[in-house]
Amino acid sequence: MTVLENITLNEEGFMTNSAEWTEEFASALAEKEGITLTDAHWAIINFCREQAGDSGAAPTLRQITSGAGVTTKELFQLFPKGPAKKVAKISGLGKPEGCV
Amino acid sequence: MKTFLILGAGTGGTMVANKMAEILDMQEWRIVIVDQDETHYYQPGFLFIPFGMYSPADVVKPKRNFLPPQVDIIFSEIELIEPEKNRIKLSRDKKTINYDYLVIATGSHIHPEETPGLTDEAGWLKSIFPFYNLDGATKLGSFLKFWKGGRLVLNIAEMPIKCPVAPLEFLFLADWFFHERGIRDKVDITFTTPLPGAFTKPRASSILGDMLQDKNINLVPDFNIMEVDQEKQVIRSYDEVEVPYDLLVTIPTNMGAEVIGKSGMGDELHFVPTNKHTLQSDKWENVWVIGDAGNVPASKAGSVAHFMLDVVIENIQRHMEGLDPLPKFDGHANCYIESGFEKGVLIDFNYDVEPLPGKFPLPGFGPFSLLKESHANHWGKMMFRWMYWNILLKGGEMPFESQMSMAGKWE
Repeated sequence: MTVLENITLNEEGFMTNSAEWTEEFASALAEKEGITLTDAHWAIINFCREQAGDSGAAPTLRQITSGAGVTTKELFQLFPKGPAKKVAKISGLGKPEGCV
Repeated sequence: MKTFLILGAGTGGTMVANKMAEILDMQEWRIVIVDQDETHYYQPGFLFIPFGMYSPADVVKPKRNFLPPQVDIIFSEIELIEPEKNRIKLSRDKKTINYDYLVIATGSHIHPEETPGLTDEAGWLKSIFPFYNLDGATKLGSFLKFWKGGRLVLNIAEMPIKCPVAPLEFLFLADWFFHERGIRDKVDITFTTPLPGAFTKPRASSILGDMLQDKNINLVPDFNIMEVDQEKQVIRSYDEVEVPYDLLVTIPTNMGAEVIGKSGMGDELHFVPTNKHTLQSDKWENVWVIGDAGNVPASKAGSVAHFMLDVVIENIQRHMEGLDPLPKFDGHANCYIESGFEKGVLIDFNYDVEPLPGKFPLPGFGPFSLLKESHANHWGKMMFRWMYWNILLKGGEMPFESQMSMAGKWE
């Protein structure tokens, strides 16, 4: 758990500084969520980090499915129960937000 | 003769046409604006039609009324945009227009066909309605007039959507409407959203977070709709959660214009990749984007198009003089949220500053309370329709600054 201790998370478990993210962190957090990361997971995580760029904003499900070439169903299998939020958390990005 | 071409004569395109008509030398330039529809819709008014607060006649006027006489107006569908060749092809008479500058203001539209089962004939516009177009809003109004009650479910299919607070306003107005009709106890209202909550920004959710609960509106967050099962009358999410409905009010997938996709100028939802601070196309330097046609991460709303206006006009003029565009657009948005019972909440925010509480100092009208319910905010919204038709579209002076100000806000 030492990896997670070195990272600042907000009260909902999202990273406050996307630049602190490491692959070890992603694996540790995924494990905490009950997910063992495979290549298929990594393809999505890497896509999301690239897509978010400097803004740190989490991509939408449609951006992930069309950009990373997976179906929404597959995405839900890889990251069960709310993939948008889970992928954002594990990729060190902000919570998907509306304007209020 | 050089051509300044504007695609779309909605809020953004009309404002740009009016401004450029003042600025450009008509001996040297012709301004052309193209739209497929002769009617201008006051889209913020759609929200009030289901509840009989506005009639369809309140929200439509001819587009021509808002454009200056020196602008050429062409009513036609656009077949193709060819930005590499600086030209577009129209469906009408197969005409080609070459341009020197292009402003894209083709907006965003609902696509209910993106959700399987949603538009199946049995229930579409009978027990399932959108209110993001005039037809849906009007038919929903006719339905609600005689509805005896049941399970009302409001669903947002996916983000981003035009006017992201409109679904919340719909819920609050519905709660009020059913109270007034004396059937609130017979209506079960549920809000299903793909976002993690009704309010997702920390300050807004800490201040307004209880509003749904106080109004007895159920919330199902993280709900990503997979399909509508009209036979069972349920909406089903990708993780197999089912929410039953008697009346389904849908905010379908929002997408940019089809011609943007067809011309290879858009992202996966046909929104044009745009620099979020300069409003110049990421790819073509003589192409500029205003309003919800672009992919900038600001709210897709008329107020935002208005705040973009000065920036886009200044940057186009700079470009004409060979200067670099200035990164002046800050994502400023300003909206009245109707909360029912003749009250409203005002929010003001930008890319970096979330909606904050305080007072909004509007010269001549305000101050209006920020992030707090008040009667004045409701009347502000009602008054806005007049300002929209009479001042805003014509590019007149509005009592708002393009860039957000911290004056009156509490951090």
